[in-house]
Amino acid sequence: MNRLLLFIAALLIVLPLFIVKNTEFAGADTLAEKMIQQISPQYEPWFDVLFEPPGGEVETLLFSVQAALGAGVIGYIIGLYKGRKRNG
Amino acid sequence: MKKSLFLFVSVCLTVYILFALSPSVYAMHIMEGFLPWQWALVWWLLFLPFFFIGLRTMTRLMKQKPEAKLLLALATAFTFVLSALKIPSVTGSSSHPTGTGFGALLFGPFMMTVIGTAVLLFQALLLAHGGLTTLGANAFSMAVVGPFVAYGLFVLCKKCGISLRMSVFLAAMMANLATYVMTSFQLALAFPDVTSGVWGAFLKFASIFAVTQLPLAITEGLLTVVVWNFLHTYSKRELDLLEERGVFFK
Repeated sequence: MNRLLLFIAALLIVLPLFIVKNTEFAGADTLAEKMIQQISPQYEPWFDVLFEPPGGEVETLLFSVQAALGAGVIGYIIGLYKGRKRNG
Repeated sequence: MKKSLFLFVSVCLTVYILFALSPSVYAMHIMEGFLPWQWALVWWLLFLPFFFIGLRTMTRLMKQKPEAKLLLALATAFTFVLSALKIPSVTGSSSHPTGTGFGALLFGPFMMTVIGTAVLLFQALLLAHGGLTTLGANAFSMAVVGPFVAYGLFVLCKKCGISLRMSVFLAAMMANLATYVMTSFQLALAFPDVTSGVWGAFLKFASIFAVTQLPLAITEGLLTVVVWNFLHTYSKRELDLLEERGVFFK
């Protein structure tokens, strides 16, 4: 059951890469920015981010850290529960 | 059971691939400074009460049932992972799941407000994803509307006698979709279309984004069921603890 579900999930993620051509899969928030500027071109953002990762590589690193931390905790807890159940 | 599941999956995939022909799009958190300050303030004020009730519920639960701490960590970690994954979608752009449905089913919607806000804050401060001025609005959509939709839908599904796994799937999926419907609504209110007004702008934002988000919502639903399966097999004890509070799986 779980394997089937994970397989479908993976399929849903990988399929677009093959179906949709000529795109870079840009972050949707960047596209939202463009949409806003199209609807009201005179709007100026009135506050700027305090800290921005210098460049795409650092941003990727931070996103990876976020995912890795979460995945580590999930793995730990599920492993703990599994071991505890086996040992009674 | 197996056969009907397979049929369901095939239908979903077919619909999904049909959508692949749609134009390119947007959806995610609202960027820093991209809400006029009046709206930023409105959403902050609407969001704060939920946050404080959540905080109170959380401290109370931790005092009464310290054993639930691990599950709390699990729900937080789940949201952390899912909202870090920018996943490509059929529309040729990327967006990410929210992971808030799972925690809402475990602990109730109010506590998920606190967890969701923590994740949003992390992303706003370190990743320049979302922002501090727009945190109120983003938290309202992802950490208030999402969890409440998940919780409400789950209760409704159970009343209608829908199977447990299917209920979990639907709740998590709709929480994800509702989050982005809310985001579109927030953007539409702040940036109404010149000719067609708020409603027109909403349709503009929502009609396109719904397609981007749909496959991600399904993915989130599936992953939530997987984690729930694990919990159901290995940690009945903790789930029973929460059950006493009337929150989860009676």
